[in-house]
Amino acid sequence: MSTVEVTPGDIAASTSKRARALANHRIVMLVSAFVVLAAMSFTRIWTDQQALTSSQTIGTALRVMVPILMAGIAALWAERCGVLNIGIEGMMIFGTWFGGYFAWQHGAWVGLAMGVLGGMIAGTIHAVATVHFGVNQTISGVVMNIFAFYGARYLSDLLFVGEQGGGVSQSPPQKSAIPKFDVPFLAGGDLFGWKTPDIFGWFEDKEWFLVGDLGGIGRGLTYNISWATAIALATVPITAWVMWRTRFGLRLRSSGEAPSAAETLGVKVVRLRYAGLIISGGCAGFGGATMSIVASSYYRQGQTQGNGFIGMATLIFGNWRPMGVLGGASLFGYSLGIKLVANDSIPALFLFITFVAGCMLIVSLVRQKAVTAISAAVAGALFFYAYHTVQEVPESLTQALPYVITLVVLATASQRLRPPAMAGVPYRPGEGH
Amino acid sequence: MSNEQQIPLGKDVGTGLKKISTSSTASGLQTGLFTLASSLAAVVIALAICAVLLAVTGKNPWQAYSTIIETGTEGDKLLEMMKRATPLIFSATAVAVGFKMNLFNIGVEGQYLFAALIAATVGSRVSLPAPLHVLFILIVAVVAGAAWASIAAMLKVGRGVHEVISTIMLNYVALSVIQWLFENFFRDKGAEGLNVKTKLLPASGRMPDIVDDRLGGMFFVALFVVFLYWVLVFKSRFGFRLRSSGLNPGAARTSGIGANKMIFISLLVSGGIAGLVAMQSVLGEIYAYGPNATPTQLGFLGIAVALLGRHHPIGIVVSALLFGFLDSTSAQLQLAEIPSSIVKLIQAITVLTVVIINEATIRWLNKRTAERTAATLIHRAEVAAS
Amino acid sequence: MTDGKQHSLSSDLAVELTGIEKRFPGVIANYDIDLKVRRGTIHAIVGENGAGKSTLMKTLYGMHQPDAGTIQVNGQLQHFRSPSDAIASGIGMVHQHFMLADNLTVLENIILGAEPAKGVRIDFAAAHQRVNDIAKAAGTTVDIDMPASELGVGQRQRVEILKVLYRGANILILDEPTAVLVPQEVDELFANLRQLVNDGATVIFISHKLDEVLAVSDEITVIRQGTTVTTVLPHEINRKQLAELMVGSELPSPDGRDSEISTEVRLQVSGLTVSAPGQRDLVHDATFGVHAGEIVGIAGVEGNGQFELCTAIMGLLPCTGRVEIGGHDVSKANTHHRRNAGLAYIPFDRHREGLMLDAPLWENSLLGREHTPSLNRGPLINGAAARADCREIIDRFDVLTPSETVPAFALSGGNQQKLLVGRELSSEPSVLIAAHPTRGVDIGAQAAIWNEIRSARDQGLAVLLISADLEELIGLSDTILVMFDGLITATLDPASATPELLGTYMTGGTVEAA
Repeated sequence: MSTVEVTPGDIAASTSKRARALANHRIVMLVSAFVVLAAMSFTRIWTDQQALTSSQTIGTALRVMVPILMAGIAALWAERCGVLNIGIEGMMIFGTWFGGYFAWQHGAWVGLAMGVLGGMIAGTIHAVATVHFGVNQTISGVVMNIFAFYGARYLSDLLFVGEQGGGVSQSPPQKSAIPKFDVPFLAGGDLFGWKTPDIFGWFEDKEWFLVGDLGGIGRGLTYNISWATAIALATVPITAWVMWRTRFGLRLRSSGEAPSAAETLGVKVVRLRYAGLIISGGCAGFGGATMSIVASSYYRQGQTQGNGFIGMATLIFGNWRPMGVLGGASLFGYSLGIKLVANDSIPALFLFITFVAGCMLIVSLVRQKAVTAISAAVAGALFFYAYHTVQEVPESLTQALPYVITLVVLATASQRLRPPAMAGVPYRPGEGH
Repeated sequence: MSNEQQIPLGKDVGTGLKKISTSSTASGLQTGLFTLASSLAAVVIALAICAVLLAVTGKNPWQAYSTIIETGTEGDKLLEMMKRATPLIFSATAVAVGFKMNLFNIGVEGQYLFAALIAATVGSRVSLPAPLHVLFILIVAVVAGAAWASIAAMLKVGRGVHEVISTIMLNYVALSVIQWLFENFFRDKGAEGLNVKTKLLPASGRMPDIVDDRLGGMFFVALFVVFLYWVLVFKSRFGFRLRSSGLNPGAARTSGIGANKMIFISLLVSGGIAGLVAMQSVLGEIYAYGPNATPTQLGFLGIAVALLGRHHPIGIVVSALLFGFLDSTSAQLQLAEIPSSIVKLIQAITVLTVVIINEATIRWLNKRTAERTAATLIHRAEVAAS
Repeated sequence: MTDGKQHSLSSDLAVELTGIEKRFPGVIANYDIDLKVRRGTIHAIVGENGAGKSTLMKTLYGMHQPDAGTIQVNGQLQHFRSPSDAIASGIGMVHQHFMLADNLTVLENIILGAEPAKGVRIDFAAAHQRVNDIAKAAGTTVDIDMPASELGVGQRQRVEILKVLYRGANILILDEPTAVLVPQEVDELFANLRQLVNDGATVIFISHKLDEVLAVSDEITVIRQGTTVTTVLPHEINRKQLAELMVGSELPSPDGRDSEISTEVRLQVSGLTVSAPGQRDLVHDATFGVHAGEIVGIAGVEGNGQFELCTAIMGLLPCTGRVEIGGHDVSKANTHHRRNAGLAYIPFDRHREGLMLDAPLWENSLLGREHTPSLNRGPLINGAAARADCREIIDRFDVLTPSETVPAFALSGGNQQKLLVGRELSSEPSVLIAAHPTRGVDIGAQAAIWNEIRSARDQGLAVLLISADLEELIGLSDTILVMFDGLITATLDPASATPELLGTYMTGGTVEAA
């Protein structure tokens, strides 16, 4: 903050400084990604655990990531407009149930659409309670979760019991499924009937250092992809564009940052909060619907498995930005994918973490950050020891993995976070001056 | 400064006002009645909504409701009502303690299951004379619940992690840890199949029955704990500080109450009470902990009961009994071909409506109180002046 | 200092307020206000706290309606129902507390609500163009793609000005614009304002800093006790006279006292500094002592560090320096210990720091004193004793209430204040920090509270009194310290304090300049 007169020259300087910082940031990201990949690749070859970066693992991770991603995007829309949405889990339950029911009755696409609608209805209820009536946002969310759980149970009791394959805690199977596709050329997809070469697959099979991993990762992301997954991934850039490039998005964000100031400038905060919550509910509903329609073929009680809350953690991890949410969701998706597909590879992951800890140790020594260096050293030593002693991580403990990661993220990430300034603070129009 | 001493307005009108009303119960009673009325209104609205839902799906709401009332008021069923209310009373009290400090302890679920496992295991491996043994198990349960809650407390006080997310995450972690501990260490090797449990508690460690197997002693322990809650939170010095921190953290800080200490202690107390939620099952029904036998979901239902009962001791007991009443009728409903989960739906919708109506009435009620106070003062001023 | 050219051109009135009156329950904030602001000038409005300046500006900006009187903007009669109406007629207000969203960029903050658009998309190119043009015209340079959180205080203000200019304002109202600026930023601001005015805008600004007002304005209107006193031209008046106009030419004379001031120092503050990142220190190197049986008053316009000083002494705000109570060093002790050492506090904001509005009066009177043995029975609160104790306080301090079980929100502000004062005095402290103890209290009760404070002082209580009410300050204090910009700038004897002297120090001057 200068107290000296700012000249146009200064502005040019600070603009280019910002551009350089951004470029630096990107370089750091790229280098880190490269290092991480190299470490993973090395681990894979050393431990001969191909599953670490196999297309099967990555493909599973992608599939598992979708509901977490949608939950995170749902949380993003809600908190950006200023309302905490603890009820995302409940909205996802709405999504799974509506999805399961309508997929059974009318097919998968209708199921997806109705799942979105179910989520939007839930979002509206939350909005009415918190924005109109002023109910405490946390309480409303918690009540939403309770309400959704028992509501779904009741509706199942009513509509699924007695049907073939149905019961009080699950729906009959869906009538049709969402089609999947393979990306042409990269994963051998069809192009106008002609089967294209499977480039990624070819690289993966070679199992070479780095290239083989890239092949596996690439193929996992392009082979046998559900259209629902594609839609889910698309919400990330769409959300980013709407929020930062449109009038609606700017005003919505201002409702979460400084609602009183926005109101004085003519922004209709109340309306925008309704909109944000309905969109949030819709995203959550979509995420839920993918669980009963894509990841599975019927609705099952408890299907959401806390993904709604993990989604909220990705929001914090991602610093309230869409790309960050995607990054966080990927991390969770990968850890869950490994657990599902390659439980035996988990000890190998310990070696990988040891490498990463080692790199962090080097970096923090260079930057002379003592605390980070010590933590990295300790972590590295622990995981190295674990790698050598632990044969198999019991199933019961790996179940807790995403939740423990969430807690670790929450506990450590409090420093450079930029949540929307007034998220969670109730706003009554006319307050302010 | 003028030398003329102006007679203060208060003293002028004085004599009437000096006799300050000692009937403190009068206005308190009125507020209480209004609160009761609004809660009842919420229940009625919820019943109406559910009736609509039932009718829309082709069931007869009157039949459902009359079945509920007929069944629920039978003598046997009333005992069942009290039995089902017992864990809810503990759960709601745990939630209420946190809430008085503006803390949302959603982790009651994980805390009580963890406590159940630990208490059942430890209880089965120790032998003490009968009353002591039961007391010992209860204490272990309280300590275990508090210990699990302390994780969330440390995260909040140390790292500023919001307790809502941390307690929810810890619920899932608890399930995992419990499963691991149970499968690897605490399972009773004898039993197999679906009915696995920890080793059964010896006779000295079992809670005595009050009305054979239809009502055990834990119900009265629950009433006692609610009473302790009332004394602790509403009558003790600590409770005063707790509630002050919740009502106005700024004023509490200025008066010297340390925020972090309060947060930590209240989460621990909340977790400790939560530890007792499954003790009726462990000490009075299955005499062990079993992943398929120990009841679940009681943590979330406790939140509902606390909200419905407005975190007030009497409200909690009444709401828990209401939920228990509804739950006891589910078997009968099944026979009448009404989905028994209608009971749970009624409960869920009730909580939703209660929460909304609470908010709507509080504002109105406060406005009325302010107006009436002003009117009383003006009236007295007029009376004294005449 | 005013451009002669300006005078002849701007004979039209940009703003004319006639006979404005505004009442709030129990208080007359403005009455008989006449204000004429000529177009193309910088017009300053000066007055003390509570004189009615802010109320007047809020009326002009449409935040509330006047109870009587007329508003004319550019010769046309106006009725503003909301700020939007005021904005539409070309008035823009820059508040004292900036309303910027930290996480949005400067550009986003400026265009919010009036974004140039291509369909649903924001036309950022056009936005950049317009805002940069306006900034250049206003002589402001600021990096508009920066997040607002990185702005310095002076830059924030610049952005607030750009915000109103972007919406087409040509009459700008600035409320205490230099309150948090360092001298260089003040110069930059004034240069900006000059440029804006040269291009045809009109600027009205509220301030209590007389040097600045004299330096930059073309005309000055003085408001005192809710009404306009006079309008003067800067070159016709000097600082001393202006201060006197502001403060009034008659000051209350201090009361005599019976008891003596002891030699025992009850409260000693040494080198206390409260710093804020990116700003000048909120309190800088404060050193003073309060003896038993003494009342030390701190004079000063609100916002010059008094709040921070008090909360730091209470242990609620981190600071450097030493605080001693009764000889014990409590600099590292927490609030609870300081209260135990005998410290009591009547806070600045009774709603935020003093009372629990939803709780009954008797619980409020217990707060901070809940460990008093007579009010306890073991670990339990003795409810009956606490209620009786509250009734005593209600009686002694004339709190108007039907009973002690009424919730605090049902009481009027004045009665809430009386309860607060009563509670703090009832804890039998050895040091009392009293911030505006009679704010909002009626005259009769005010006298009663003063009596209570005086008699406690006679029995040895040491009092640190912060007040904007000169009658209170001079009437009660044995010594007066003046705070300005976080510094203690003067020590005065109430008996010899003249309005000009007080006014001079309160508004940043020094004796030599007076």
